[in-house]
Amino acid sequence: MTKYVKTICPYCGCGCSIILHVKNGKIVRTSPAVNDSINKGTLCIKGMLAHEFVHSPERLKMPLIRENRSFKEATWDEALGMVAEKFHNIKEKYGGSAFGVLSSARATSEENYLISKFSRAVLATNNIDHCARL
Amino acid sequence: MAGLAQTMGAGAMTNSIDEITQTQVLFVIGSNTTEQHPLIGSRIVEAIKKGAKLIVADPRKTHLAERAYVHLCLLPGTDAALINAMMNVIINDGLINEEFIKERTEGFEQLRQNILQWTPERAERITGVKAEDIRRAARIYAGAERAMILYCMGITQHNCSTDNVIALSNLVLLTGNVGKPGAGLCPLRGQNNVQGACDMGALPDVLSGYQKVKDPRVREKFSRAWGVEIPEIPGLTVPEMFEAAEKGIIKAMYIIGENPVVSEAHLSHVEKALRNLEFLVVQDIFFTETARFADVVLPACSFAEKDGTFTGTDRRVQRLRKAIEPLWNSKPDWQIISELAARMGYPMTYADPSEIMDEIASFTPSYGGISYDRLEGPGIQVPCPHKDHPGTPYLHKGSFARGKGKFIPVDYTPPAERTDEKYPLVLTTGRVLFHYHTGTMTRKIDFLNKKCPGPFVEINPADAQKLGISDGDEVYVKSRRGKIKLPARVTGKIKQGVVFVPFHFAEAAANYLTIDALDPVAKTPQLKFCAVNIFAGSEEHGDS
Repeated sequence: MTKYVKTICPYCGCGCSIILHVKNGKIVRTSPAVNDSINKGTLCIKGMLAHEFVHSPERLKMPLIRENRSFKEATWDEALGMVAEKFHNIKEKYGGSAFGVLSSARATSEENYLISKFSRAVLATNNIDHCARL
Repeated sequence: MAGLAQTMGAGAMTNSIDEITQTQVLFVIGSNTTEQHPLIGSRIVEAIKKGAKLIVADPRKTHLAERAYVHLCLLPGTDAALINAMMNVIINDGLINEEFIKERTEGFEQLRQNILQWTPERAERITGVKAEDIRRAARIYAGAERAMILYCMGITQHNCSTDNVIALSNLVLLTGNVGKPGAGLCPLRGQNNVQGACDMGALPDVLSGYQKVKDPRVREKFSRAWGVEIPEIPGLTVPEMFEAAEKGIIKAMYIIGENPVVSEAHLSHVEKALRNLEFLVVQDIFFTETARFADVVLPACSFAEKDGTFTGTDRRVQRLRKAIEPLWNSKPDWQIISELAARMGYPMTYADPSEIMDEIASFTPSYGGISYDRLEGPGIQVPCPHKDHPGTPYLHKGSFARGKGKFIPVDYTPPAERTDEKYPLVLTTGRVLFHYHTGTMTRKIDFLNKKCPGPFVEINPADAQKLGISDGDEVYVKSRRGKIKLPARVTGKIKQGVVFVPFHFAEAAANYLTIDALDPVAKTPQLKFCAVNIFAGSEEHGDS
């Protein structure tokens, strides 16, 4: 059974609608959406292959914590615990101006909003930006 | 965006993508649209087939330049001189829109005084474009009832980016080409959600909906909504953050879905800044070049594994839909942030992203009418202030976001560094069709790698001959900041004296060469102009 999910291409800012073809939990194909889309059934070569990096074996699979010159795999509990503790200590010691946050133009709007909220409300800094200039 | 905010009051594409095929003249400047925004590129070609005339200003003979009615092959960074000279022709030929200027703008007389000095002959000496071609382009643009300007990083990645944008805005106001379908000024946003990230306040000086941090009423509103005091002083931009980290002022960074170790200007500075941090967290879907510098790396999931919205370049809010469960042990960014906030004593309890959007809508005027139940169709173009509002296909109808459109005279600013005997060529950077940004995603894809396996430098045959370089030769490109080794691609499609390197490739990262000089207002780096030299591939020469 193939499931078809209409979503948005992850690359440039055109906002083309794409259909992801999902079979047994794996995306097997991308096709352009025809209805309710600005691309009206067309798609560039990157868009046609939009799903290809999703299942890449090179994806990050676990949180990683630095140990000397390499990294060791960690649980979410360990990794987030460590980040929370370090951020807390740096905030106590130097204040919010010691933080810099880079948000992402590839993350969703909801995520960008939360990253802004996290920076301002939790880290107490306005040092948040993303790559709009690149 | 800083330029448009000053002249019109809103930094976004004024029109819809669909209007491209309804216009009479398209002026594309500083955008290799076919390769960066393929859909828009194909719409432009469609418009030409329907009879629209195309003007292209670019130092490269791009796919669109080859199809242009006039190709203005200018030197990188000389855009303001070119645009001013076009306005000179329009004023002298009496092609201005007097009614529009009188009713909807301010500051015309000051502009006129300035523009009278910008003869096409003067601009020719600066831009390298023949005065006659400038005249032709100006007359075609001003002669249309509806004309659209599309621009991208070739305008904005300079030390004078704000002035470049203001010059384009002046041109639009002068001819009344805004506030109606098929007429306007369109910055093309390079990443799927740049518009959304800006709208959401992922910026140092504004909160969501461009509400200014400096404004005490805004701070009070958000402090009440978020239950904590909002810091008062506007923050630092990306390049300023790296400078502060290098100086030891910033101690910790949290980098989410960005790869500055390849994408930022003057990379050796960025690397030094990251090494200097006490603590660095990188959150991404792959182990990027930037992750190598991290203390903790958090695995985020991709676009296919989560729900949310993206706001495209024409301000269209569209639904991203989850197709599969998060792979391996990855989590969506929104969930990671929420969990981290909770651990730091600030609960964020959202069942799913639609609840986050409801919160955004409740105190972001331009998103006031956005909710997931309205996004099932083709999406909604912001501003959309309330639930019954249909969205806004084109901006500034009747009046500008700031009231009147403002003419601001600008002059040509030379780049922050010059070419000389030692560095006689101008390097400009960009993308190719088959790859995206730093290649984190596209270089994992076999087909795209086959189409474009690695870095190259484009050089004009006349320059290549002088330097004794043949097509395919390994060469060193060297600037005052660094050097990279890569094969030469000898092609007549690039202006003599200019070379081009795509910035996707970490193994020959163009940004080791680029200069981190910034525009004083927008803080955009001057990535589209730096002085370089090229040496045929012997190590000895490269090191000299």
